[in-house]
Amino acid sequence: MSMTGRIHSFQSLGTIDGPGIRFVVFMQGCNLRCGCCHNPDTWALEGGSLHTPEDVVKRVVRFKEYFGQEGGITVSGGEPLLQADFVCELFRLCHEEGINTCLDTSGSILNEKVHALLDVTDRVLLDIKYTTDEDYRAHVGCGMAGPVAFLAELQKRGIPVTLRQVIIPTLNDNGENIARLKAIAAANSCVDKVELLPFRKICQVKYDKMGIPFAFGHLPEPTREAMAELNEQLHTKQEESPC
Amino acid sequence: MEHKHWTGFNGGAWQNEINVRDFIQQNYKEYTGDSAFLAKATPRTNALMEKVQDLFKLERQFGGVLDIDTATVASLTAFTPGYIDKDNEIIVGLQTNRPLKRSVNPFGGMRMVRQACEAYGYKLSSKVEEEFRFRTTHNDGVFRAYTDEMRAARKSHVITGLPDAYGRGRIIGDYRRVALYGVDRLIEEKKKDKANLSNGAFDTEHIRLDEELYQQIAFLGYLKEMAAMYGFDISQPAQNAREAIQWTYFGYLGAIKEQNGAAMSLGRVSTFFDIYIERDLANGTLTEETAQELMDDFVIKLRMARHLRTPEYNELFGGDPMWITEAVGGMGEDGRTLVTKSSYRVLNTLYTLGSSPEPNLTVLWSKALPESFKKFCAKVSADTDSIQYENDDLMRPIYGDDYAIACCVSAMKVGKQMQFFGARCNLAKLLLIAINGGYDHTSGMHIGPQMPVMEGDTLTYDAVMERFDTYIAWLSHLYVNTMNIIHYMHDKYAYEKTQMALHDTDVHRFMAFGIAGLSVVADSLSAIKYASVHPVKNQNGFITDFETVGDFPKYGNDDDRVDMIAKDMAHRVITELRKTPTYRHAEHTLSVLTITSNVAYGKHTGATPDGRHASAPFAPGANPMHNREENGALAALNSVAKLDYNDCRDGISNTFSITPEALGRTEEARINNLVGILDGYFGKMAHHINVNVMNRETLLKAYENPEDYPNLTIRVSGYAVNFNKLSREQQREVISRTFHETV
Repeated sequence: MSMTGRIHSFQSLGTIDGPGIRFVVFMQGCNLRCGCCHNPDTWALEGGSLHTPEDVVKRVVRFKEYFGQEGGITVSGGEPLLQADFVCELFRLCHEEGINTCLDTSGSILNEKVHALLDVTDRVLLDIKYTTDEDYRAHVGCGMAGPVAFLAELQKRGIPVTLRQVIIPTLNDNGENIARLKAIAAANSCVDKVELLPFRKICQVKYDKMGIPFAFGHLPEPTREAMAELNEQLHTKQEESPC
Repeated sequence: MEHKHWTGFNGGAWQNEINVRDFIQQNYKEYTGDSAFLAKATPRTNALMEKVQDLFKLERQFGGVLDIDTATVASLTAFTPGYIDKDNEIIVGLQTNRPLKRSVNPFGGMRMVRQACEAYGYKLSSKVEEEFRFRTTHNDGVFRAYTDEMRAARKSHVITGLPDAYGRGRIIGDYRRVALYGVDRLIEEKKKDKANLSNGAFDTEHIRLDEELYQQIAFLGYLKEMAAMYGFDISQPAQNAREAIQWTYFGYLGAIKEQNGAAMSLGRVSTFFDIYIERDLANGTLTEETAQELMDDFVIKLRMARHLRTPEYNELFGGDPMWITEAVGGMGEDGRTLVTKSSYRVLNTLYTLGSSPEPNLTVLWSKALPESFKKFCAKVSADTDSIQYENDDLMRPIYGDDYAIACCVSAMKVGKQMQFFGARCNLAKLLLIAINGGYDHTSGMHIGPQMPVMEGDTLTYDAVMERFDTYIAWLSHLYVNTMNIIHYMHDKYAYEKTQMALHDTDVHRFMAFGIAGLSVVADSLSAIKYASVHPVKNQNGFITDFETVGDFPKYGNDDDRVDMIAKDMAHRVITELRKTPTYRHAEHTLSVLTITSNVAYGKHTGATPDGRHASAPFAPGANPMHNREENGALAALNSVAKLDYNDCRDGISNTFSITPEALGRTEEARINNLVGILDGYFGKMAHHINVNVMNRETLLKAYENPEDYPNLTIRVSGYAVNFNKLSREQQREVISRTFHETV
């Protein structure tokens, strides 16, 4: 008798959620309610469709030829950590097939099941929503301590991490935030990449369809120029202090 | 045998027999480096290209045809030499005496020529009318022999696009032979072949071949005359790169002066040219700039090639393409890559001259291609949308390493194999005819075996399949016989003298059948099998619509339940086709390829059980139907990859459109991911893919303001077209197609 996971959908051609070409599994259910979320249809803990890890691996294996040196599976959501035991078994089976595993998470849960999952995770895309506890509490629905502890665990284990943050005008599109983000990256050698993602409102239709308000629907999208400027700031090395 | 123009080449079997492949193998230099060596266009090329662009613009302003010589029947020597800018051209030769002026070619059929002239405000001269009053055209011959049933199948569009009114095309002469051997040697070899025939028994086939050889020899003579008019003596081998390209081009030019076939493909010339270019670079008579100039000038000539077509023809194919397909790259049987610097140079023309649908540049992809070449191709694709890819690892074991592509996806050994082109049958329409017991409600015609309309409130899979099999068997038999008539008459009245002179005398023939509407049929049968399909009858008791209740697996989602139905359909059709013998013992092949004509085929097909409305377009080629994909782009590719090339040796085309954002965040990621997609798709033994990297918004803007996008090139089934040359309806259909986007 195998366990099952609740899955929202599959995307066979993922090119922006982890290195190379990735088969992306979107898990159903989320413990957070970020104002910028573009997948409100993955929030509900019920819904989606039930699959066994074996069933999912069977699908993924059919795409092995496309993965090349870098690609593999990415499990996103929703929040995959809510179904850590399922994802753990899925990743274990992927490893048996020689498929690279990548976890896209908010890092807000760290329990025994999550520890077991990290044992079979090759890379984490860690969505650091904001860089202050205050912003976290105001716009996410949890404090910042969880993600910080999660990152510390990744550092301890030496799992490569891509830090990601959605840039939302008026909230975190400022130099101070970027500086704090850089500091977090610098303090954790496991972080080998930081990505800034522009806030997009194309998901408005999903909210409308579901009949629920889009919390950040009133905020503007960042301009291409603003993103370029923040990216430049992110990637400029700071002058080393002499002492 | 030796020749002074061969000095510096490694010898081999090629010296004593006509064997271009051996010459290439003995002499080519593989290149595994990157594109950094490439040169930009020279001022001369830019100036010439400017003149060409002005001519293209003028041609558009004249409604698509700049000029027609209505009094001169096309032939190798009918026109005095033509130039774009005589003093500044390096490679010369045009089809007529003026650039973009079209000639009339009534050998395939008079009516089409007459109509085409009238459509553009001309009248075919009485001189030509008179000349052809006492001549039988291919079209005349075919209609003398067609049976009533063949006419009915043609009229109802269940078999469609038949090459019975103009040249059949799809034949690739080995134009390289002109350069390597010179025409005198080719004539000498053909004379030997003809002499050898005298020992045989003179039955029909023998006599036909004997006469054909006479014609081939005569036309090799005309080819020399044609070149002499331009001031060149091509009786001897080319002695440098410029001559090699010029001689080869003269071979091709002779072919397109003689024949107005639908697809007049070029073959596989760039690596052949590279051998001459390397020799000239080594002896100091060429530089990289002048080598690129040669390639540029050659490609400019190919971009000038035109045939006179009717507006209906243009509507079917989206502009008036010639399918001047050039196969680039691939691997050799000995494991060396056939990529040379000239593979890069020919792709580089998309930068030096700008993107363009012609020539139809086709990269033969192998897992083993040099990584830097793979990346260069991906970059060219992302920048220009002007190349297509076909699986060398799939074709090389069958055709060896000197094959080329005719039209979009039809592989054949250059100079050793040819094909009888056979258009396609509309499988979705046939399914509706079967369900209605031999009645086609869109044309109102009774056709095929007559039996009762299928009974019952719900269609059952087994009953429908049993019925469908009967009609597939009927149509396949009719289809082969129809093709036999067409090709018998084409050989008799419009034989390709120049092109066949550039083939081995003992040539292998394919007869290339085709199916349209495969994804519609697969989804319809899946609906019947997995959902409930209730037929809706009109007042006459014929089924004209369907009410489909419930969900069903759809082709394009990597779901074996329906993908295997699609695969099985192709297998059933080719198996049935093989039961009827072909003209000249040709080998039966099948394609799943519909080009832009998927719009026209859909127009003539009623509503189908998959929920497609009456007259709605089909998906092109082997593509899944638009907007039925639920698991992303690679799942769709996997579905197409399941079709078996052994059933579809004439090719399986797939068009892939993706936005730059969906391909990756940076240019580097996009290139790497595109390489990954191609490696993965072809690793699954898929056959062909067209790649478009563009935004739907770009197409919408081009639809609204065509003048702002004069050169927007997009790829459809097996070739590239200029977006502006598509009909409004085709443009809308392209925009509505599944684009792989990311949110």
